[in-house]
Amino acid sequence: MTEDQNELLESEAHPLDGFLREGRIPHIFCPGCSLGSITNVLIEAINESGIDPKKVAVVSGIGCTGRIAGYLNFDSFHTTHGRSIPFAIGLGVTDPERKVIVISGDGDLFAIGGNHFIHAARRNANITVVCVNNFNYGMTGGQAGPTTYAGQFQTTAPYGSLEDPFNIPNLAASCGAVYVARYTALDVRRVKESFSEAIAKNGFSFVEVLGSCPTTYGRRNQLAEGKKILEFFAEKTVLNHDADTRDVRIDKNSPIIVGKFVDIEDKPTLTDNLLALQRVSQAKKG
Amino acid sequence: MSKQKQKILEVSTGEHFTTGNHAAAEGALAVGCKFFGGYPITPSSEIAEHLALRLPQLGGNFVQFEDEIASIIGILGASWGGVKSMTATSGPGYSLMVENIGLGMMTETPCVIINVQRGGPSTGLPTLVGQQDIMQTKWGSHGDFEPIVLCPSSVQECFELAIEAFNYAEKYRLPVTLLLDETLGHMSERLIIPDASKIRKVERKKPKDSPEEHLPYKADDDLIPPMAVAGEGYKVMVTGLTHDERGYPNLNVETQDKLVRRINDKIRLNKKDIIRVEEYMLDDAEFAIIAFGSVARAAKGSINRARKKGIKVGLLRLITIWPFPDERIEALAEQVKKIYVPEINYGQVTREVERSVHGKTEVKGIFKLGGAIHNPQEILKEIEGDA
Repeated sequence: MTEDQNELLESEAHPLDGFLREGRIPHIFCPGCSLGSITNVLIEAINESGIDPKKVAVVSGIGCTGRIAGYLNFDSFHTTHGRSIPFAIGLGVTDPERKVIVISGDGDLFAIGGNHFIHAARRNANITVVCVNNFNYGMTGGQAGPTTYAGQFQTTAPYGSLEDPFNIPNLAASCGAVYVARYTALDVRRVKESFSEAIAKNGFSFVEVLGSCPTTYGRRNQLAEGKKILEFFAEKTVLNHDADTRDVRIDKNSPIIVGKFVDIEDKPTLTDNLLALQRVSQAKKG
Repeated sequence: MSKQKQKILEVSTGEHFTTGNHAAAEGALAVGCKFFGGYPITPSSEIAEHLALRLPQLGGNFVQFEDEIASIIGILGASWGGVKSMTATSGPGYSLMVENIGLGMMTETPCVIINVQRGGPSTGLPTLVGQQDIMQTKWGSHGDFEPIVLCPSSVQECFELAIEAFNYAEKYRLPVTLLLDETLGHMSERLIIPDASKIRKVERKKPKDSPEEHLPYKADDDLIPPMAVAGEGYKVMVTGLTHDERGYPNLNVETQDKLVRRINDKIRLNKKDIIRVEEYMLDDAEFAIIAFGSVARAAKGSINRARKKGIKVGLLRLITIWPFPDERIEALAEQVKKIYVPEINYGQVTREVERSVHGKTEVKGIFKLGGAIHNPQEILKEIEGDA
């Protein structure tokens, strides 16, 4: 061990201390929840991006993941259920230099907020969206949602869910997202790399992180510890960057396909188009 | 707008013959609105159309969102980005917006919503007039808050009150609703836009302390906290949860009590500054009409006819609907034998008037359901029956 590392171990400070709001810890996340490590790598990715922290804004909706914005020491916005994306669009276009990151859960972004997601991808809003998918509504006690796979047990699916879930990467890709990736919370190194890539993109970049929710998802589905869910991911995950997003749906028996599925360069963003419009309309009338 | 005034100016100074919708849109531009987020809905769409044309010319942004929910939250986001922002809609769209109007109230976010009222409930009468959103603008969103709602009754006033709606929003830090109606939105009359130097602009109060010392929800003596926005280094923390002066969620009785009292009291204690009424022939009046919006125009017609017949009747026109001018109405109740309240609904402002008079005079609502404004004769007939 080097001297620096020793110093770090003996220090009471954490290298990312300044990135968390003083007085907001302890957080509300359950033991075994992956949101802590996801928050950690999100901060690292933002820090390493080199973007002026003043120009970073984080927006969340409602739910467990929706609480992340409020822990981060950036301009942070905890909005209403499902509405983080249009808030982020309004916030983003007011300053083309601003990097707006949305981080929220699967129920928030794809049930109540699904309409906003598809339209933001279609118009190539210049925002990064991170969805932590824990396959259920955690904060409200474990109800089934649009990512709950058929046969999964939840409080509102006591006989097992009857419905197919969204194939989220395919939804994002088909609506025009310029960057689409999915990883599990087990693979935090790839999650972080993916966050870095998504943050560096211009346009609508999207990362789905499959998270562990032992409290409300796991214990109804024979995965009652965070570790068990991560082992489940380790066992079932197949890395395939070249996968066709139509083939990455999640069900009870198939492997979980992860990877970077979409990475498109140079597609004009909503902000680019709005700025171009300002120039054109001013030239026409001037 | 008239053809010769096509120069790219925020303030289209000059004389125009135009509609209430266009006048309101020009008022917003004149006071410095730089972001519009909206969704088409009759009878408000001309506001969005006009701003789609004008905003880019002025370095602003127009975004047509996927629905009214996105529109309202989009303008809240833009407001936290530091620009004056607005949306425009009608009753059904306003219904979709109310949850996030509540977010705007709780997070003290300045912005303006124009509601061009049509007949309801539900899809109702899309192309015809109504005044059925009076209570929706007060009670539509859950929880306790004191909204500011302004109600013009001429094209000129659509322009002027659009400016004042922004000024109140910036001064008191809340979403302000400008309540038009279909008749007013679509009727054309003369609009005089003054020189840019004559436009009164109020800007949100900015923090004077450093980001290290700053508490984003610590109010000054006027109960209004200075507003740092995104990108200024203050690392604002904004949540719809009950929050303390740091902006941090703090879910307990004391924090809720302090916060919710303050966001209500900042308006209640400033009613004098906010409440506006117009008085017409009230000095010697024995009877009074209380009216607002396009119906107030018909009411003036009724009064002119009644006066010719020797009936002493006057008008109290409500320009501010919320907070409700209850003290002025109570004073009026001591003067007149009866108050008539014509409105295009089944009794909304009438109930507020009944509440305000404390039994000191008789109150009679004259209701027309959606679709048409009152004929001056209809109101006159009621008064003649009592005179």
